[in-house]
Amino acid sequence: MNAFLLLTIVTAFRILGRNRLRAGLTMLGIIIGVGAVIAMVSIGQGAKAVVRTQIASMGTNVIIILPGAMTVSGVRGGQGSSVTLTVSDALDLKKRVPLLSDTAWAKRDVMQIVYGNRNWNGPVNGISPAYLTIRDWAYTSGGPITQADMDAAARVALVGQTVVENLFEPGEEPTGSTIRIKNVPFKVIGVLAPKGQSAQGSDQDDIIFIPFTTAERKLLGTQFLGSVGAIFASTDRPDELPEAVEGIRAGLRARHRLQPDQPDDFTIRTQVDIGKVQEGAGQTLTIMMFAVASISLLVGGIGIMNILLVSVTERTREIGLRMAVGAKRRHILIQFLIEAMTLSLVGGVLGIVFGILGARAMTVVAGWPTITSVESVVLSFLFSLAVGLFFGLYPANKASRLNPIEALRYE
Amino acid sequence: MGSLIACQDIWKIYRLGDVDVQALRGVSLEIAQGEFVAVMGASGSGKTTLMNILGCLDQPSRGHYWLNGRDIGRLNQNELAEIRNREIGFVFQSFNLIPRTSALENVQLPLFYRGEPLRVQRAQAAASLARVGLTGRERHYPAQLSGGQQQRVAIARALVASPSILLADEPTGNLDTESSREIMAVLERLNQQDRITIVLVTHEAEIAAYAARELVVKDGQLVSDRRTTSTHA
Repeated sequence: MNAFLLLTIVTAFRILGRNRLRAGLTMLGIIIGVGAVIAMVSIGQGAKAVVRTQIASMGTNVIIILPGAMTVSGVRGGQGSSVTLTVSDALDLKKRVPLLSDTAWAKRDVMQIVYGNRNWNGPVNGISPAYLTIRDWAYTSGGPITQADMDAAARVALVGQTVVENLFEPGEEPTGSTIRIKNVPFKVIGVLAPKGQSAQGSDQDDIIFIPFTTAERKLLGTQFLGSVGAIFASTDRPDELPEAVEGIRAGLRARHRLQPDQPDDFTIRTQVDIGKVQEGAGQTLTIMMFAVASISLLVGGIGIMNILLVSVTERTREIGLRMAVGAKRRHILIQFLIEAMTLSLVGGVLGIVFGILGARAMTVVAGWPTITSVESVVLSFLFSLAVGLFFGLYPANKASRLNPIEALRYE
Repeated sequence: MGSLIACQDIWKIYRLGDVDVQALRGVSLEIAQGEFVAVMGASGSGKTTLMNILGCLDQPSRGHYWLNGRDIGRLNQNELAEIRNREIGFVFQSFNLIPRTSALENVQLPLFYRGEPLRVQRAQAAASLARVGLTGRERHYPAQLSGGQQQRVAIARALVASPSILLADEPTGNLDTESSREIMAVLERLNQQDRITIVLVTHEAEIAAYAARELVVKDGQLVSDRRTTSTHA
């Protein structure tokens, strides 16, 4: 770096240090703007990461098909209210849509579960074995429901963590014990690994799985044999989802003999859709915060411009003197630009520090997860530099265009 | 022309509203290397305008000004700045030191704009301060120095770039008699020992008496040009 730039930067910092209060007030807009951006981006990214892990916990490449359409003009049956999906639909889909790596079906109801002198009211899901692989459940003990269990309509059950906590003593091993669901004894063959909250906020661990056939024949008292509560399907890769969804829609419409003018009698949902809603809400918040931050940065920039204009006036004689001893216009221009950028950069750095501290405080106080990304810090830094450059340009240009004779005589 | 400064029929016309003000009306003069010239005149006589033109802060409306053989009228803003930086040292009535900046850094200024390395700037600035007898005051701020000392810092700043001429505009105007004498002694020494060309603008006969040549400007014209024997030599 040449001596001119180095000394100019040193001088700019010295001037800033000399007028600390004035500089601090000037930088306030930038500090608040950058701080808000950093804090909000950190909070936003934290929230996004939570949603992402929740979606991943559901399986990102899972397609859920529910009977009944969500929106039907005229009468609304409500989703899942009608009985339009069957086991044979599920089996047929696998043949019709080769993209699907697996299909499964399930049916659920909330039932009373008893173990020893404790009881719990939880959702009991009758599932086909593939469901466990589609939803990617892991086990803390025991193992999955098998096709043999399915074929024999065996009275076996997998229990989720929440159920375990409510039915068993701490430290007690559930696997191998016998629980009663609606007074029917079931052998616990495994405990599911915890998955936490779903994207919609429900507890995914409050769950019991039993073979679909067992549920159908021994617990649920089904009106129509072979009807299912939901069909689950998965693809190998998430990017195959849209095509698979279209395949499923066409396949089911054909099977259900729907005319082109009739609406679907089923609803297809993917985790991507659910995630989009969540991220969309987060994005609205982020956009609003960016608007607030932009206004703050704008105000901060105007503050810098204002104080620089004052400074140019105060230092008119100095500028004249500098010109008299050989400063060219660009020297004066650069000097004031550097002073502007020093203000905005120091403000930006302080803003980054306060933003990170603010985000941390949110994590500590409110328990919100926050992630401060390097990109947002670098971007804020560059942005505050740009603010200084932009708003410094007018005063600096004004200074550089002073007439040295008049400037020297300025009182 | 072997002169350091050669002016030929210089006119300076300002436009103030609808009226043209003729600040200089055909001034011609030559100043040789090593001269000590006093320019005298009442306020409004045009002596400051002449000074600004000689100092390359301003350009004549008409006529020619050669400094070291270069026609100043043909130069652009950047070239003028360059000339001011290398050829001219200014000393002002009000010192014009940058406040809250050390004496050394004030003196460094012309070298700073010349882009000299920092070490060279410091060494030459310290040497220049020594020439005006201010060794030991390098770290002082202008506010910590007396008027006479401040003006000596200004002289050191004017000298640091080894200019062809020193232009002093009422250098003692803001000083008491004692300090004035001190400053004039410094200028006289620089002229006599170091053969530095000095052009001094003043309205005080006493101060003008230090110079060996006296020019009188009146109504934008040179009315008198006489060599005097310096009474203080």
